[in-house]
Amino acid sequence: MASDLGKSPPWWQNRRLVPWLVQGSVGLLLLVVIAFLLGNLVRNLSAAGLLLSWRWLGQPASFDIAETLLPFNASEPYWRGLLAGLVNTLRVVGLGFVGATLVGTLVGSASFSRNGLVKRLARIYVELIRNIPLLLQLVFWYFVVFLSLPNGAAAIQLPGIVLAKSGLFLPGFEAGFQWSGPTLVDGVWQAPLRFTPEFGALLTGLVVYTGAFIAEVVRGGIAAVPKGQWEAATSLGLGPLLSLRRIIIPQALRVIVPGLNTQYISLAKNSSLAVACGYTDLYSVAETSLNQTGRAIEVIVILLAAYLAIDLVISLVMNGLNRLVQIKER
Amino acid sequence: MPFLRKLLPKLSFASTLALALLLASCASEDGGLQSQKIDLIKGRGKLICGVDGKLPGFSFLGSDGAYSGLDVDVCKAVAASLLGDSAKVDYRDLNSSERFAALASGEVDLLSRNTTATLTRDAAGGNGLSFAPTTFYDGQGVMVAAGSGVKSLQDLAGKPICVESGTTTELNLADRMRELKATYTPLKFQTGDQTYAAYLQGRCLAVTSDRSQLAAKRTSFPDPSVHLLLDEVLSKEPLTPATTNADPVWSDAVRWSVYALMQAEELGITKANVAAKLAQAKANPNQADLRRFLGVEGDFGKTLGLPADFVVKAIAAVGNYGEIFDRNVGPGSKLKLDRGLNRQWSQGGLIYSPPFR
Repeated sequence: MASDLGKSPPWWQNRRLVPWLVQGSVGLLLLVVIAFLLGNLVRNLSAAGLLLSWRWLGQPASFDIAETLLPFNASEPYWRGLLAGLVNTLRVVGLGFVGATLVGTLVGSASFSRNGLVKRLARIYVELIRNIPLLLQLVFWYFVVFLSLPNGAAAIQLPGIVLAKSGLFLPGFEAGFQWSGPTLVDGVWQAPLRFTPEFGALLTGLVVYTGAFIAEVVRGGIAAVPKGQWEAATSLGLGPLLSLRRIIIPQALRVIVPGLNTQYISLAKNSSLAVACGYTDLYSVAETSLNQTGRAIEVIVILLAAYLAIDLVISLVMNGLNRLVQIKER
Repeated sequence: MPFLRKLLPKLSFASTLALALLLASCASEDGGLQSQKIDLIKGRGKLICGVDGKLPGFSFLGSDGAYSGLDVDVCKAVAASLLGDSAKVDYRDLNSSERFAALASGEVDLLSRNTTATLTRDAAGGNGLSFAPTTFYDGQGVMVAAGSGVKSLQDLAGKPICVESGTTTELNLADRMRELKATYTPLKFQTGDQTYAAYLQGRCLAVTSDRSQLAAKRTSFPDPSVHLLLDEVLSKEPLTPATTNADPVWSDAVRWSVYALMQAEELGITKANVAAKLAQAKANPNQADLRRFLGVEGDFGKTLGLPADFVVKAIAAVGNYGEIFDRNVGPGSKLKLDRGLNRQWSQGGLIYSPPFR
């Protein structure tokens, strides 16, 4: 035994070397695959005379975009167009978060209602919406609901609000800070604040669809709070709404927030279905640019980077929120 | 073994580099003088043709499950030329945004889908297509409802206009409206179906596309008579079949298969009389032009990578260019379009085949 002590063990028992070798060979294999794919890409692209180039971004886009928050016209370069598309995407995603969260929280809480009708309605909504593809729903909202609205003088008119085929018209401050509502000029509605039916259909579709998923997340979160918490709250004399707000929700949030993160990310990604209802988002602008310039890889890289960035920012914010609502253990 | 720990990363890097180089050099040893595309199609026994599929007169999937139209007949003619059978075609419905990617990736062999030939689409630095002869000379038009009171493009200032995204019409519209210094709202849709649905629902005051397409789509509207085309023609739209730049042998085969249809009309060879003409050419050694054209003598087919009788096969399958036009979009169809620019050059049109020499 004593003579063995001086000997080093065989190399395949070396605890430092073996992991090195295993990881090294896996890494090597991975590098070879990546090198092959990149080499393949470069080879095919140079064969077709299409090496990556970004100069087209500075060329005039020569197409128009229907509705933009960022002013844009056909003589401006492609990158401005893509930026305007990104702003349009962020606009619908931002409002979508607010709407879907409201709908989801309401419906998710409603499935605990003591009122049987409310409870059933909530279940029906969730099961119906969750099981129909979003693309179909968007086409439905746009062509069946929004484009079937009456136009001109026959439009649906509420005090200060008009809902017509050409969009939703809301009052607001006009130039010179004068408050004014929608007016009918030559059979066409005009108002300081206007949402197009394309935007309306996309936003409604996203809110209704994601709302159903968030409702399930909220329901799961509330169900995760032990029944004893409800009973304790009731024994303190709190009503159902107050116990929900003060006792249950704060405990449910730590379960809800990670699930919400996923839903927000999928909402952001689903917004690229905008093209189904004619809304000009980032994807739509990118697609037009791709067609006009033929720079497929560059455009796809921009799209990937943009959606990745949006989703990473959402995750970052939600992870911060998650840390806030976690149970503090000291 | 500290030296090994130091050496290992370097070794792995060097071997990766060596392997990558080896693989790259192996991969670049493909391609010869033969056309890979033609071999591929022959091996597969089918031509894969990209079409619109929803455009009456050009390419339309009928209720009997068969495709018909001018674009479809071009696919059939090419299939007959190469494979000897016009039924050996698989059709792929493509929308305007998908079409170039489908062609570039090799998903379709031939794009015969009312596509306008332009510089950017032809250029190697653009879409890198190779255009065959133009099969339909068209222009961009605007369709409005009869009662709308719109008489010209100027009247559409400030109004929503429906247009299919990824088309030349989208760009022409932007150009013309810029010239008129008019603002407008372009509502873009990914497919023709959505574009026309939005127009019919009244979301747009007008819809713009190639004039032939507007006329064709109108035939499928609930009441075609209440929609009219403005007289204004916004652009030149030469609708042209296309292949990729990648295989010039295949591109030439397609090009001359299409020219054969035009040349046949010029020579008065029709679907009905092609067999008689062939017999006549075989019997009469003095008709050298006809004998060469129909592949009785000479090696036109071989130089293109096609069978010697490719012209006969194509015409026997779909007839000459004039027959194709009349049957699909002319007097023999619902569209009843005038030949216009699409007459033979000898009758003042633009259809002109270079000599088969």
